Amino acid sequence: MTDVQLDPTKRPFWTSDQEVRWCPGCGDYGILAAMQFLHTELDVKREDTVFVSGIGCAARFPYYMSTYGMHTIHGRSPAIATGLAMSRPDLNVWVVGGDGDMLSIGGNHLIHALRRNVNMTVLLFNNQIYGLTKGQYSPTSEVGKVTKSTPMGSIDRPFNPIALAAGAGATFVARTHDLDRKHMIEVFRRAHEHQGAAFIEIYQNCNVFNDGAYDPILKRDNRADMMINLTHGEQIRFGTEGNRGIRLVDGAAEVVDVAGVSESELLVHDEKTANPAMAFALGMLSEDNYSPTPFGIFRAVNAPEYGQAVNRQLDEAAEKNGPGDLSQLLRSLATWSVE
Amino acid sequence: MTDTAEPIEQTALDQVVIRFAGDSGDGMQLTGDRFTSASALAGNDLATLPEFPAEIRAPQGTLAGVSAFQVHISDHEIYTPGDAPDVLVAMNPAALKSELSRLRDGGTLILNDDAFDERNLEKAGFEADPRETGELDGYVVHRVNMTKLTLGATEDLDVKKRDAERAKNFFALGLVSWMYSRPTQPTLDWIEAKFGKLPAIVAANTAAFKAGHAFGETAEMFGSPYKVEAAKQQPGEYTNITGNVATAWGMVAAGELSKLPVFLGTYPITPASDILHELSRHKNFGVRTFQAEDEIAGVGAALGAAFGGSLAFTTTSGPGVALKGETIGLAVSIEIPLVIVDVQRGGPSTGLPTKTEASDLMMAMYGRHGEAPLPIVAASTPADCFYAAIEASRLALKYRTPVILLTDGYLANGAEPWLIPDVSTLPDISVEFATEPNGEDPTGQPVFLPYQRDPETLARPWAVPGTPGLEHRVGGLEKQDVTGNVNYDPANHGRMTELREAKIAGIASDIPPVAVQGSGNAPILILGWGSTRGAITSAAERLRGAGMDVDHANLTHLNPFPPNLGEVLADREHVFVPELNRGQLVRLIRAEYLVDATPINKVMGVPFTAAELAELIQSTVNNSTGNTNAANG
Repeated sequence: MTDVQLDPTKRPFWTSDQEVRWCPGCGDYGILAAMQFLHTELDVKREDTVFVSGIGCAARFPYYMSTYGMHTIHGRSPAIATGLAMSRPDLNVWVVGGDGDMLSIGGNHLIHALRRNVNMTVLLFNNQIYGLTKGQYSPTSEVGKVTKSTPMGSIDRPFNPIALAAGAGATFVARTHDLDRKHMIEVFRRAHEHQGAAFIEIYQNCNVFNDGAYDPILKRDNRADMMINLTHGEQIRFGTEGNRGIRLVDGAAEVVDVAGVSESELLVHDEKTANPAMAFALGMLSEDNYSPTPFGIFRAVNAPEYGQAVNRQLDEAAEKNGPGDLSQLLRSLATWSVE
Repeated sequence: MTDTAEPIEQTALDQVVIRFAGDSGDGMQLTGDRFTSASALAGNDLATLPEFPAEIRAPQGTLAGVSAFQVHISDHEIYTPGDAPDVLVAMNPAALKSELSRLRDGGTLILNDDAFDERNLEKAGFEADPRETGELDGYVVHRVNMTKLTLGATEDLDVKKRDAERAKNFFALGLVSWMYSRPTQPTLDWIEAKFGKLPAIVAANTAAFKAGHAFGETAEMFGSPYKVEAAKQQPGEYTNITGNVATAWGMVAAGELSKLPVFLGTYPITPASDILHELSRHKNFGVRTFQAEDEIAGVGAALGAAFGGSLAFTTTSGPGVALKGETIGLAVSIEIPLVIVDVQRGGPSTGLPTKTEASDLMMAMYGRHGEAPLPIVAASTPADCFYAAIEASRLALKYRTPVILLTDGYLANGAEPWLIPDVSTLPDISVEFATEPNGEDPTGQPVFLPYQRDPETLARPWAVPGTPGLEHRVGGLEKQDVTGNVNYDPANHGRMTELREAKIAGIASDIPPVAVQGSGNAPILILGWGSTRGAITSAAERLRGAGMDVDHANLTHLNPFPPNLGEVLADREHVFVPELNRGQLVRLIRAEYLVDATPINKVMGVPFTAAELAELIQSTVNNSTGNTNAANG
């Protein structure tokens, strides 16, 4: 073992000995690097960190981290991670999956993990396509998507993952993308610090089956007009010269020209708002990959964490009934003696 | 009316079978349960068979809504809830219509006469009043105005008429308690404890119970009361326990015996939910219970907790096992301890949710994709569920494998007296987590090899998160032998498949041989598994009593089979395999041992009776040419 493998402030410490097998050019590499670099900065131990995943390209992620890991079955990672996180509140549990894994087969588990506020960070690698099964449309694919399984174009309306998470009552909701390591690291760090379930949608490019899907937003030249950076406590502004802003009309967010509205109408971002309606409204701004799209932390509110609440009940029960006594338990119903 | 009242003449009985039947809303389960408890406290041996509809409130007065509770009490050891009831309490015409055929010829029939009005008779499908047509002539019929008498007994109380009327089940209980000389104080105490917060209900139920008891004493229609003496039981402290409670206690005990925190991930399903209910009352043991969003999440959370070092369970019935199959397969692959409790019920699909069946053996055995062997343990009586849960946990922990524990609706809801064990006699099932690297990498550095097996058990080390230096990744992809790295090599897959198989097969040397009751080398063997034990034991005793040379045995371990099973099966003229399915164990036996075993099958939602088994076996042996004989009509 080399010195860097022994130094937690160096990336190799957080890198497993397994060869990474994603397609060359896949956005997943950038996310993995961000996660490993984040860990060089976090004050956590390798043995206290667990990555749990389902099935799909993204779900290979745990094999490449040098932490504990579970590569499980399709869609079930939020449920499996729930059992781990609620029984081991001392661990840092990360859950990794793609849009098919998390929103299609695993949609139910995702919303329930979020509403329970189990202490885990869910990373949704959203590439709007099925990769590992070679190119079918996904629950985040746009209407009309032509794929192997939809030669005439898909007719399903896609999920908006941010709105879905907000609707499920998630206490932390964020979006980042695979091209900006610095932004990913900051969002991951905030999620890691959050007590409870954190949900992060990561726009991730599948260069084989859906290459460039996010180019209309993420290409250098488009960013100023298409990326809306959310900063807590600051007016939401984007566009060259910050000439565009957001206002709320009947509960829905809409893009406005700053020049055309009064200053007081422009929305100031507040990630602490208890009601998830604001996060939902901001999430719904990105109707498709041609709409200005917010990035950053939509929502970060405090709420009781599930595993701690479970532990509190254990403590309360032990206080009220005394610590468990098996012999006493077996005599807790009516008993009689035979001489 | 206390137990110290002046002595009255009592007629001794060695046993009696009583069946309480009424509308789902009539409280028959509670009535039967209270009679059972009083009998247990009186020292009788007993067995119960609760039967109720799947609907919470089926249409009142209809056949579909009939709920019944059968209890068999005796002064000697018994194994079943009885063949045919000696006494049938019918609270309405539908109960009479649906249950009368079960009553033995000449049996006693107690009717709530008030319920036999035109409307109820019509709802039950009687064209004429059965009390008038002579169709009850073969029975001893007692017509009692239970509703009116209950209303009369409660009229001076500050009780709403509706509540007063609902107390009529306690009138019936009081009456039957008098008839069979049950102690009354336990029931009165129970009423107080149960309804204490509702004084009016306590008063109504108490008054109705006392009125029923007094009615028996004074109405001069019942003759002298019967007495069933206490059974001769092994000395010690007893409690009356149902299978689901015993399973839950077994899970708590397994946690204590393994020194691991218990985790239950589950989803409500009949008839398994009571395990969750019971277990969730014992959080002071550090037990975590998690009601998940679905069956799959229930087992998923359990597997996650197991990865974290909990003793993890999931509880369900057949439909849930079907949903959990993929996760159980993952547990086979990542070789982590997990116990799946399947409280079997009638299938396929939703089937008969509240009725018993034992038709999930093949699913437990083979219900996963790929070659995915796992140990199977089956409980044989309600109290045995306690020991079976500990045994399933022991195997799961020691061999790092999912284990399926099969119980069924009959065991789950049925009750029996249980000699409470001295907890110091229960087995130590603790295991050690891996704490140190167990190998070296090519450069000689110490590393953790997650699939480096124990040479004796073939179990892999269990390293839980939080242990420094043992970080590793597991998953459902095939793993390289020893290192656990993802591996697609053909020879490695063959080897890993064989290792997983050998690990489970090797458990045969770690389980007790199957015990044979009887002479040991009788020409006839009756081989059962699970809850058929009671009926088989009784049937075998009757056959021996009739002069036949019969052995019988009951399997607790269904995969692998006990090491001596081949010898036990050898050289028999007849091997009968009674099962509450269409022949599942018998197929395994035939395949494994090439024995020409004869299936005896019943899938009617109810257990075998000893009588039907004994008759079938006797007639088959007498005809000797016969093979398959189904008890189904």
